Amino acid sequence: MSIVIDEELCTGCASCMDSCMYDAIELKNNIATVLKDNCTLCKACIEICPEEAISLEREDVKIQKVDISQFKGVWVVAEHYKKKIQNVSLQLLNKGRELANLLQVNLSFLLLGTDFDDKLEELSLYGMDEIIYIKSPILKDYYSDLYTKVISELVLENKPEIILIGATPTGRDFAPRVAKRLNAGLTADCTGLEVNHATRDLLQTRPTYGGSIMATIRTPSSRPQMATVRAGIFNMPEKVKKRVNIRKIEYEFEEEDSVSKIVKVISKTKTSVNLEDAKIIVAGGRGVGSREGFRVIEELAEVLDAELGGSRITVELNWLDPDRQIGQTGKTVTPKLYIACGISGAIQHIVGMQNSEIVVAINKDSNAPIFNWAHYGIVGDLHEIIPVLIEEIKKIKVDE
Amino acid sequence: MCIKQVPGVSEVKIDPKTNTLVREGVLSIINPNDRNALELALTLKEEYKAEVIALSMGPPQAEEALREALAMGVDKCFLLSDRAFAGADTLATSHTLALAIKKVINETDPGEKYLIICGAQAVDGDTGQVPPELAEELGIPQITYVQNIELSEDKIVVERKFRATEIVVIETKLPALISVLIDINKPRYPSMAGIMKAYDNANVVYLDSNALNADKSKIGLNGSMTEVKKIFFPERKVNPVMLEGSAEEIAKKLCQYLKDDKIF
Repeated sequence: MSIVIDEELCTGCASCMDSCMYDAIELKNNIATVLKDNCTLCKACIEICPEEAISLEREDVKIQKVDISQFKGVWVVAEHYKKKIQNVSLQLLNKGRELANLLQVNLSFLLLGTDFDDKLEELSLYGMDEIIYIKSPILKDYYSDLYTKVISELVLENKPEIILIGATPTGRDFAPRVAKRLNAGLTADCTGLEVNHATRDLLQTRPTYGGSIMATIRTPSSRPQMATVRAGIFNMPEKVKKRVNIRKIEYEFEEEDSVSKIVKVISKTKTSVNLEDAKIIVAGGRGVGSREGFRVIEELAEVLDAELGGSRITVELNWLDPDRQIGQTGKTVTPKLYIACGISGAIQHIVGMQNSEIVVAINKDSNAPIFNWAHYGIVGDLHEIIPVLIEEIKKIKVDE
Repeated sequence: MCIKQVPGVSEVKIDPKTNTLVREGVLSIINPNDRNALELALTLKEEYKAEVIALSMGPPQAEEALREALAMGVDKCFLLSDRAFAGADTLATSHTLALAIKKVINETDPGEKYLIICGAQAVDGDTGQVPPELAEELGIPQITYVQNIELSEDKIVVERKFRATEIVVIETKLPALISVLIDINKPRYPSMAGIMKAYDNANVVYLDSNALNADKSKIGLNGSMTEVKKIFFPERKVNPVMLEGSAEEIAKKLCQYLKDDKIF
């Protein structure tokens, strides 16, 4: 199997070279040529070529085809903790509703748990058409093998076309296992979900290569299409009163269904760090200059009653604790106000905070990419501006 | 244990003029999380006299990553390399790795006493999907996002990071698969002697699709359910209101705006 370029059609425009992340295309005599050793068959070049000169030459291999027209409906798998449905699941219901409407199918909420009987009515306000409630005492806690078993069985029986799951330590644990069991395509950490009307393909956009690039992924020949999404990517749904069908199934597990046992749960002494739920976040970057320099950032956070965060480099330089890192390899946050101090705005950081309602950026460099994402921009030395800003905010707080 | 060779991503930058990736000087490295997996495997080797076998799937240049693993103290290495593996998504990748692991287990015959260790996720794709998919294909239990482990005769007890403030302690039987987080340990550096040994004696065994007896419809692009439709660079989102003047003026203006936006 290989990528082939039609020499007759190629104009040497090099857009394929730019699209290739693997240095697998070069121009020879103004014609694009594929370097087979580097090519990973990612097919990015095929899509980008304005001349449609690039194609994939496949060997004739028999691949089992799935009859995708049999699959209908959008599912969201509920995640719960201490009897409370997590926000990410409700946010997925909001997005799921939109997708289900476009596809003209039902939206189902799949809940594996126990003790939810008295909560179903309240839950039914979140826009689904159906709640599938799988009830068993052991489902009070999360077990990978039990979730995989139940969800796979239900999917085989009901054939949904789309399944949305929170990209949490729980969702990211069972989703791949279910996908493997069903031989279904799964896309992690999506930041955008759309559907193609004609093909009913779910177009899943996600950051890759540390967030430097966005990729749109689809699963054209298999169903269900599974995607995980982090908390805060989509908005919370409005509550609506409507008829919701409730299917409650009392599920009985066999002893051998789970090899793993939970021995105990250790709650760490409550760290004060809660970036995910913070209304206001003040974050520092390399421009803060030093560990000592962070004091002024902390002080600003204090007067605003905000949570303190930072970019990856500040953690690497030991200016900040790792659990305060925001970005691709850290937390994804969605505060009402995000104040970025001395953060240049590498895309790895942006993907973690781009859904903040209002972004204020303070940076010496007027060309810093962070200004492309800010609502209010201040070009200047943060160590001069922030102390004055702190005094100003104090005045306002006193007036209140 | 499994290793992936990745580009040093924190080095990858976009040229703002051409809006393309700047790749110059980007080195390939062992995925940072896999170094933690390696370190754990080597610690267990010292404690339990275990044999540590490393596998990687990738182009021939991924041999460098395996040589480094040998230098750190890994006993044996396999590189799954074949054009037919190219274009694999996580489903096809985990299938290929599973074939190789089954082959190795068949040959080394550890009985029930083996543990597969992976890094929780790779810095390039960052999906974290291969470990659970691999466990499923091997039909063994998985525990992901592990930050501590105790191994005994036929079982493991691990601490799994479940939420920011909570750790779940889980016990499971061997064989099992775990994926480890960056905070589980501090990976060692290869010793000089290790490096010499890695390049002098030890072998990296190449396995291609024939050696694995792979079904061509389940590997590489053919075995992948997902495909990349489009790749693009993230776009600018908003035009900022720039605040100018003295620090006092700026502070006053900003506070007024934030009041108007009902933040205060």
